[in-house]
Amino acid sequence: MEYSGLKPLGRERFWLTMLLVPTLVGLVFGAVGSVLATIVISLTDWDLLTPPQWVGLANYVKLFTDERFLTSLSNTVRFSAMYVPGTIIASLLVAMLMNRRIRGVSIFRTMYFLPVVTSAVAAALVWQMIYGRDTGLLNFIIEKLGGEPVCWFCTANALYSVIIVNIWGAIGEGMIVFLAGLQAIPKDYYEAATMDGASDGQQFWRITLPLVTPSIFFQTLISTINAFQAYDYIYMLTRRGQGDSSVPVVVFSIYRNAFHFHRMGEASAQAIELAVIVVLLMVFYFWLERRFVFYE
Amino acid sequence: MGAKMGLRTRNLLMDMTTYTLLSIGAVMMVLPFLWMVSTSFKVPADQYTKTLIPDPITLDNFRQLWGQLPFPRLLLNSFKISVLSVVGQMLTCSMAAFCFAVVRFRGRNVLFTLLLVTLMIPSQVTLIPNFIIFKWLGLVGTQAPLWLPAFWGGAFGTFLLRQYFLTIPRDLADAARVDGASLLEIFWYIYLPLARPALAALAIFTFQWAWNDLLHPLVYLPTDLDQTTLTVGLAFFQQQLVQGGRFTVLMSGALISILPLITVFFIAQKQFVEGIALTGVKR
Repeated sequence: MEYSGLKPLGRERFWLTMLLVPTLVGLVFGAVGSVLATIVISLTDWDLLTPPQWVGLANYVKLFTDERFLTSLSNTVRFSAMYVPGTIIASLLVAMLMNRRIRGVSIFRTMYFLPVVTSAVAAALVWQMIYGRDTGLLNFIIEKLGGEPVCWFCTANALYSVIIVNIWGAIGEGMIVFLAGLQAIPKDYYEAATMDGASDGQQFWRITLPLVTPSIFFQTLISTINAFQAYDYIYMLTRRGQGDSSVPVVVFSIYRNAFHFHRMGEASAQAIELAVIVVLLMVFYFWLERRFVFYE
Repeated sequence: MGAKMGLRTRNLLMDMTTYTLLSIGAVMMVLPFLWMVSTSFKVPADQYTKTLIPDPITLDNFRQLWGQLPFPRLLLNSFKISVLSVVGQMLTCSMAAFCFAVVRFRGRNVLFTLLLVTLMIPSQVTLIPNFIIFKWLGLVGTQAPLWLPAFWGGAFGTFLLRQYFLTIPRDLADAARVDGASLLEIFWYIYLPLARPALAALAIFTFQWAWNDLLHPLVYLPTDLDQTTLTVGLAFFQQQLVQGGRFTVLMSGALISILPLITVFFIAQKQFVEGIALTGVKR
C-alpha cells in the first residue's frame, strides 16, 4: 500500500524527532538493549555484588542437567499444551453461542468478560476458597452430588487446578476476538448453504471454521505468549517459601534465581531459553498460517 | 429424530440449548465473584458456611481493612502508579503513533516493524536488565520503576492508536496543511480530539495492567507496605490472614481492589470491547 504522509518542513524535523524520542528510548533500552544485555549477562556469573565473571556457555550447559529447571520447563510446556487449546476451544464455543441472535447477549457478554477485568490476585483469593480441600465450595458441591472430595492442590492435581483458573480468566478476551471474527462472516454464505440443504455441521466445518482461522491464528499467538509468561495465578495459588511453588513454571525459576538467590547469569540463561522456545513456536505458527489460515 | 421438524420448533430448540449452555457457563464465570461478595459480608465464624446470603450481615471486615491494615495507603499507591502509567502511555504512544500514521520520514517502516517485533519479547527477558539499570540508578525500593517505563512508549499502545489514526480521513490534515498548520498543531487539534475512543481504550487497558500487575511490584517493592501496590499487599495479607483463618477480611480486601476496574468496565464497556476487537491484542 502506497502511503505518503505529510512531509515535515524546516524546524518540524526537530519536533518530529522529539515526538519519537520516548519510543526510541524504549526501543533501545527497554527492548533491543534489554535482549542484548540479557544475552551478555547469561554468559556470566554475576551476583550483582562482585564483578561479573565470564563463564561462556556454562549457564546454558547447566540448564540441561538442572533438575529444578527441567521440572519447571516441563511444567511450562504441559501448562501451555493444555491452556492454549483449552482457552481457544472454550472461547470459540462461547462466541459461537453468542453469535446466534438471541436476547440478552450483552448481559452474557458482560458476565463472561468480568474475569478479564479482575486482577488475578483478587480472583485467586476466591479460588483458594473454592478449591479448599475440607472447606471449599467445589468439594462441597461434589459431595452433595455424591462424589469424593478432591485434593485440588496435591501434586497430582495442582497443575490442572491452576490451568482451569487461567482458562477461566482468559475466556472473555478470546470470546471478544472470535465474536468480531464471526460477525465479519457475510450472512448470505449461510443462507446460500441452507438453501442448498447443508446441515449445521457442514456449515460449521465448511464456512465458519475456515473463515475464523485468522482469528484462531491470532488468538493462538497471544495465548501462547501469555501461557509462557503465566505467573500471577500460579504464584497466588501454589507458592511456598523462598519464591518456590508446588507447580514451578519457568517464570518462577527465573524469578527465584534472579531475585532470591541473585544468580543473574543463570536466570538470564533461563529467560533466553524461554524466549527461544517462544520464537521457535512463533515460526512454526507462521508456517502453519501459510498452509491453513484462510484469508478472503 | 428421523421425522422432519418444523423450522420453528427447530429454532426454538436451538435457542433453548444456546440459553442453557450460556447460562451454565455464565454461572461458572460469575460464581467466584458472588462468593467473594458474600464472604466479605459474613462474620469470621461463618467464613466456611455454604450460604450465598450472609446471616448475619456485617461490615466489620471492611472496618478492619481500614483500621488494622495499611489498606488506604496501598489503595493510594496503586492509584498513583496506575494514573502515572496512563498519563505516560497516552502521551508517548500517541506522539509516536501520529508520526507513524501521518508523517512521512525516512526509516518509518523499518522503525514501525521493529516496534511490532518487540510485542513478542517475553517480559522476563527485559526484567533482569531493567532491574539492574534501576538498581544502578538507585531506584529499586521506590515506585519509579513501576511507572517510569510507561513514559517510553510501547508497541501495544502505539499500534492501537496508529490503527485508529489511519481511519481518520487524511483530507482533514491536508486541508489544515494548506492553511499553514504545523505538524504539532495537526496532532494536537485534529488527531488527538478525533481519536478520543481509541485514547479511552488505551487509558483503560493501561490502568488495568498497572492496577493488576503483580510481577513488577513484587520485584521492585516486595515487602514495603508503605510504598507497594494493592496486589502485593493482598498477596502479603493472604499469608497473614489465611493462617489466622480470616478469609472474610481477605475477601473484603479483594472486593475493594476490583471495584474501581469493575466500575470503569460497566461505564466504558464499549471501549473495552472495541479496543480488544480493534487490535485483537491485550498485552
